[in-house]
Amino acid sequence: MTAAAPRARPARTRGARRGERWWAYAFVAPPIVGFLVFGLWPMAASLYLSLTRYDVLTPPRWVGLDNYARLFTRDPFVAKTAWNTLAYLAGVPLGMATSLALALALNQGLRGERPLRWLFFLPSICSLVALSLVWGWVYHADYGLLNDALRSLGVARPPRWLEEPRWVKPALVAMGIWATAGQNMVLFLAALQGVPRHLLEAAELDGASAWQRFRHVTFPAISPTTFFVAVTGVIGAMQNFDQVYVMTRGGPEYASATYMLYLYQSGFQYYRMGYASAMAWALAAATALFTWLQFRASRRWVRHG
Amino acid sequence: MAERRRRRGGLAPRLAAYALVWAGALLVLAPFAFLVSTSLKAPAEVYERPLRWLPRSLTLDNYRRALTQVELWRGTLNTLCIAVPSTAGGLLASSFAGYAFAKMKFPGRDALFAALLATMMLPGVVTLVPQFAMFASIGWVDTYYPLVVPGSLGAAFAVFMMRQFFAGLPDALIEAAALDGASPLQTFTRVAFPLAKPALWTLAVFGFRGAWNDYFGPLVYLSTPSKFNVQQMIAATQNAYGGEPAVLMAASALALLPLVVLFACAERYFVEGVAGTGMKH
Repeated sequence: MTAAAPRARPARTRGARRGERWWAYAFVAPPIVGFLVFGLWPMAASLYLSLTRYDVLTPPRWVGLDNYARLFTRDPFVAKTAWNTLAYLAGVPLGMATSLALALALNQGLRGERPLRWLFFLPSICSLVALSLVWGWVYHADYGLLNDALRSLGVARPPRWLEEPRWVKPALVAMGIWATAGQNMVLFLAALQGVPRHLLEAAELDGASAWQRFRHVTFPAISPTTFFVAVTGVIGAMQNFDQVYVMTRGGPEYASATYMLYLYQSGFQYYRMGYASAMAWALAAATALFTWLQFRASRRWVRHG
Repeated sequence: MAERRRRRGGLAPRLAAYALVWAGALLVLAPFAFLVSTSLKAPAEVYERPLRWLPRSLTLDNYRRALTQVELWRGTLNTLCIAVPSTAGGLLASSFAGYAFAKMKFPGRDALFAALLATMMLPGVVTLVPQFAMFASIGWVDTYYPLVVPGSLGAAFAVFMMRQFFAGLPDALIEAAALDGASPLQTFTRVAFPLAKPALWTLAVFGFRGAWNDYFGPLVYLSTPSKFNVQQMIAATQNAYGGEPAVLMAASALALLPLVVLFACAERYFVEGVAGTGMKH
């Protein structure tokens, strides 16, 4: 096939060579087949199933929009778990601030930067199941590390973290920040290393304070990374499952249950698969909405190029 | 390395930075230390308060019980049965496809690539129920196939990463091979693929981490306890050994160990993988 290529010009500029396209289709076939069979088709099927009552064992029965009507108007668990999930979303900016603060501190060229970076990153490679078991023990009301420390600081009756409805969400959010801060810190560190030094130095010569330099030079320069961390953080928080399922199963009084936990229980414990499909589409729509809002808002604060 | 370190700012900000970073380090370390300390204690000492970090007498009994009674060794084998084929298949499939998208020309290339990228935006939860129904209808529930097959065809993210890598290779390299009479397959296997080692390592490390840490997938598909992966096994110990935190902590430590070792040996690939995901924007 290459013999026909004119010597003077590279073969490539003549466009697709004949045999090459069939090789190319063979090369891309597996992921494309995967996309069709495990992506596109299930997506269409999911839309249909969300309009049915379906328990896997018997064929789906058409119920129209009833699942959606129930979801939005009649199911108190949806309202409760959606609210809980929104509360977990509050952890996203807190976590981002933590990661950014750590990255800014480490970026000063501190002694021991490498081992510290290693340590901060460590929780993000660990499984959430194992970390949840560890933190379940850390939060143990009578023998946990946290309450032991609080008692030695003079707190006579520290909270029973995972057993009280008003403490369980903050406790899980704090653990979530602990588990993910390092990964986002690495992203921020990479971004900080790309901040143009001559701009920082020029600002310093002009007498800009540290805060002004951060506000007007550093923050705009790293804003694409901040945006990425925000978007992925929100998407992750909306699908929070492992941590809650292992640590509390949603309790006490369903105060820690996330929407994703309720979806799993609806589909795979009560076999309301049609309802679970409708819940999944509502979650996808909410995720798309939040992401779209973030993209819209980003025009005001994210600097590209 | 010392000359690389750039000192910035005055003394006060530097001291504040040190304080912040070391406080953070202590907070990160404390739960891990609590984990290790508890796992090495005899039952009588586990509930002793105020806390003693160093056990009076070290015992490995909790680890022995985690391995034999919880059968973590079996969970490890099960996890490998899932992780190895899905990672290896995924690496191969995504390199072939990534190479084709980056260096070959064919009608529909850009549209196919865009469609593949669009699946990255798709929340996996939407396809959860129909996939389960599909696998149930062909008798694959409670087998490893649902956990292996989709990933081994090459996930969109992996294809994207490999495409970015191959796009960075000079065209001249590919053309030289073609001029020597190599078929596209030979060009790929002899020229492009061997150069992709760094990208492949990053993907392999990430694929292994994903498979080792996966809980939701096995939770949905596996119901026979002897087929459970590591995460399911340690999660199940909570019910059986809830009253024995030391065994629970030993089991958790064992489940964390392989990745911690891998991280210590291949930190570069973990960090590159994470930094790489941020760069696509």
